[in-house]
Amino acid sequence: MVDFGGWDMPVQYSGLLDEHHTVRKAVGLFDVSHMGEIEIRGPEALKFTSFVTTNAPEKLKDGQAQYSGLLYEHGGFVDDVLVHRVAADSFFICVNSSNQEKDFGHLRGATASFDCEVEYASPKYAQIAIQGPLAVATAQPLTETSLAPIRYYWFVDGTFAGVPARIARTGYTGEDGFEIYVDPADAVVVWKAIMASGAAHGIKPCGLGARNTLRLESAMALYGHEIGPSISPLEAGLSWIVKFDKGEFIGRDALVRQRDQGITRKLAGFEMRGRGIGRDGYEVHVDGVAAGWVTSGSPSPTLNKNLGLCYVPVNRAAAGQKIEVVIRNQSVEAEIVPTPFYKRPQ
Amino acid sequence: MSYPETFRYTKEHEWIAVTDSVATVGITWHAQHELGDIVYVDLPKVGTHVDKGRTFGSVESVKAVSDIYSPVTGEVVEANDALATTPEQLNADPHESAWLIKVRIESDADLAGLMSAAEYTTYAGAES
Repeated sequence: MVDFGGWDMPVQYSGLLDEHHTVRKAVGLFDVSHMGEIEIRGPEALKFTSFVTTNAPEKLKDGQAQYSGLLYEHGGFVDDVLVHRVAADSFFICVNSSNQEKDFGHLRGATASFDCEVEYASPKYAQIAIQGPLAVATAQPLTETSLAPIRYYWFVDGTFAGVPARIARTGYTGEDGFEIYVDPADAVVVWKAIMASGAAHGIKPCGLGARNTLRLESAMALYGHEIGPSISPLEAGLSWIVKFDKGEFIGRDALVRQRDQGITRKLAGFEMRGRGIGRDGYEVHVDGVAAGWVTSGSPSPTLNKNLGLCYVPVNRAAAGQKIEVVIRNQSVEAEIVPTPFYKRPQ
Repeated sequence: MSYPETFRYTKEHEWIAVTDSVATVGITWHAQHELGDIVYVDLPKVGTHVDKGRTFGSVESVKAVSDIYSPVTGEVVEANDALATTPEQLNADPHESAWLIKVRIESDADLAGLMSAAEYTTYAGAES
């Protein structure tokens, strides 16, 4: 067990590699109850949510979700979040565990001119993620809600394992699956029901270790690594969650300036060519000169390569660019490659 | 997990077994378990001088890299180079075939203060 922002969480159960492969080939179960939740309700809930996020919640229909960013005025990330539209006047935001209090303060501080209320809702929700190609097969017997028709990034409020649940077709592994929000008092019952239902499919509980290698293969950002207060979405390769044409939002002016002037550094994927693993915080050199840093790096259990993400100057970020990662005082060859490293078979 | 009675143990989770002034050094079952799936083992060459309490190599798992500290001062007389190609052996058999290095020790005084199997069992148990 490790202390993860005050939560005792297992890094691994049966073993990181075993758990990783189980999610890619069958189905894995993650207790991600540490994630935070914030609810926004009121006549101007939509207008407010749009003002505090980079993506366009205007485009969401009831029961639909989107990946988005909360920014500071200077354009850096407060957090990356999932915005769910429950109704026109009700939004449910899933935020990172370690950021939830900061996020709540940030949102509360921005409500003044909006007719809506912001609730710190984390104590109301536990979250359990069922991830893998056999997620539907595992989860369907536990609910009356027909799961197959729920599209990616949509959700349904129903019952699951006999208790009220929000069932979202979202995830952080690059596989099909669901993130299920329930009352914390029901979490153990739900967990056990899923383990029992998934037994025939080879389900295994998975820890933080596999969660990290799975998201890295899919090149999904992790706050504190790829994104943070000094990183903008344009630098992080997340321009697709920035909707300049929707109108005013916190951080927009800074991003417009950055867009017009051009960014100087950019997130890129790399593959080690020499022996070693480029891990977060390691320096990246180009032609022997310090040029950036690794944000995440690990062996890829699926692809059997040592992969990572790094910030490098924009003109050094194209696939095929040779870089060096400084691993314990030694420069080791690596090469910029396209991301995501892994895409699930359709 | 049972830890061999004939070994001595360090707080950094290495084990040491001494025969005729040659110490065989490895990492404990607890250490490999905490590291998880091991992918690289870096060891010093034969003839390298190692110092008690100083790092002599590293073991890298999928999730982290960890320095290995020498429990004794002396010269490396053998390194388990097979681990370079089969690092997973360190997960499978940390107390026997996956030893790391053998060191000709200079002073038996280095062995003072190391833990017995019983002491280490308690120590490792308290940590996990």
